[in-house]
Amino acid sequence: MLIMGLMALAIARIRDLFAVSMLSGIFSLTGAAAYVVLDAVDVAFTEAAVGAGISTVLMLGTLALTTRKEKLGGGRTKSTAAFLIVAAAGAVLIYGTFDMPRYGDRIAPIHHHVVPRYIEKSGEEVGLPNIVTSVLASYRGYDTLGETFVIFTAATGVLAILGRARRRREDEEADETGGGKESAS
Amino acid sequence: MMHRKVVLRVVSKFLIPPILLFALYVQFHGDFGPGGGFQAGVIFGSGFILYAILFGVDTVKKVLPPWATRLMLVAGVLTYGLTGVAGLILGGNYLDYNVLAHDPVHGQHYGILIVELGVGTTVAAAMITIFNVFAGQPGGD
Repeated sequence: MLIMGLMALAIARIRDLFAVSMLSGIFSLTGAAAYVVLDAVDVAFTEAAVGAGISTVLMLGTLALTTRKEKLGGGRTKSTAAFLIVAAAGAVLIYGTFDMPRYGDRIAPIHHHVVPRYIEKSGEEVGLPNIVTSVLASYRGYDTLGETFVIFTAATGVLAILGRARRRREDEEADETGGGKESAS
Repeated sequence: MMHRKVVLRVVSKFLIPPILLFALYVQFHGDFGPGGGFQAGVIFGSGFILYAILFGVDTVKKVLPPWATRLMLVAGVLTYGLTGVAGLILGGNYLDYNVLAHDPVHGQHYGILIVELGVGTTVAAAMITIFNVFAGQPGGD
């Protein structure tokens, strides 16, 4: 947690975007370690693969397209106002966590609704040793279907925005080179 | 791209097959250990992305042309959705795997395996597609 806090501060302070994307990768990896400590290995797996792996690579890809240095904009008043808003929102969120049950609390509401059914019956009903998988793919199949559609939509969106622009430019280049050859011959 | 980084090229050639194999392990062992379609898809995609970083997007496109990733993208979602429809046809609810086999537990097993395969296919294709489109921009490199 301390490392994550330090990382967040460093990300906010450093202007070199290459270092920032590396630091955010480390931030995700630390988060994955925290999930392992909380016994949520599936989530940790995802965080390490997506947060530390793919998103860092995508950020580097974006940096290759744009510039490496952050542009300094806005005055001191602007950043102070932003800081106050962020601090207020953070304070509200932290205040909200006071109402949450302690970690591992036996009488917490989350352990009483459907969880006992999953833990006791999923062995008979689904027959998989990993309850997370049975919940994800069977009991909550609709949610996972929706998630898959989100990924699908994301990729389709990227293709629709960036893919077509690229193809058009390629066509233009092809036209230019084709025209050049014709005139040369 | 990085044509002269001999160490990186050789090491990546050693690493990519285990990465892809590990992705398949995570995919099909997700029922028993941590992991599943999503994680497997990301790992599978990252194997191809590593290859693309070192050898260029165009080299990857020779191995896995854009139409193939787009087909995978759609096929994964369709696999998931049609598994639900198969449940409907066999007389259950949408995404009810109990009816997929004679024994409900076996049906659940098949259903989860197929559905996770769909998730993995879509996620891997999405990751490769997004990276290729980003890295293949004209201003890049």
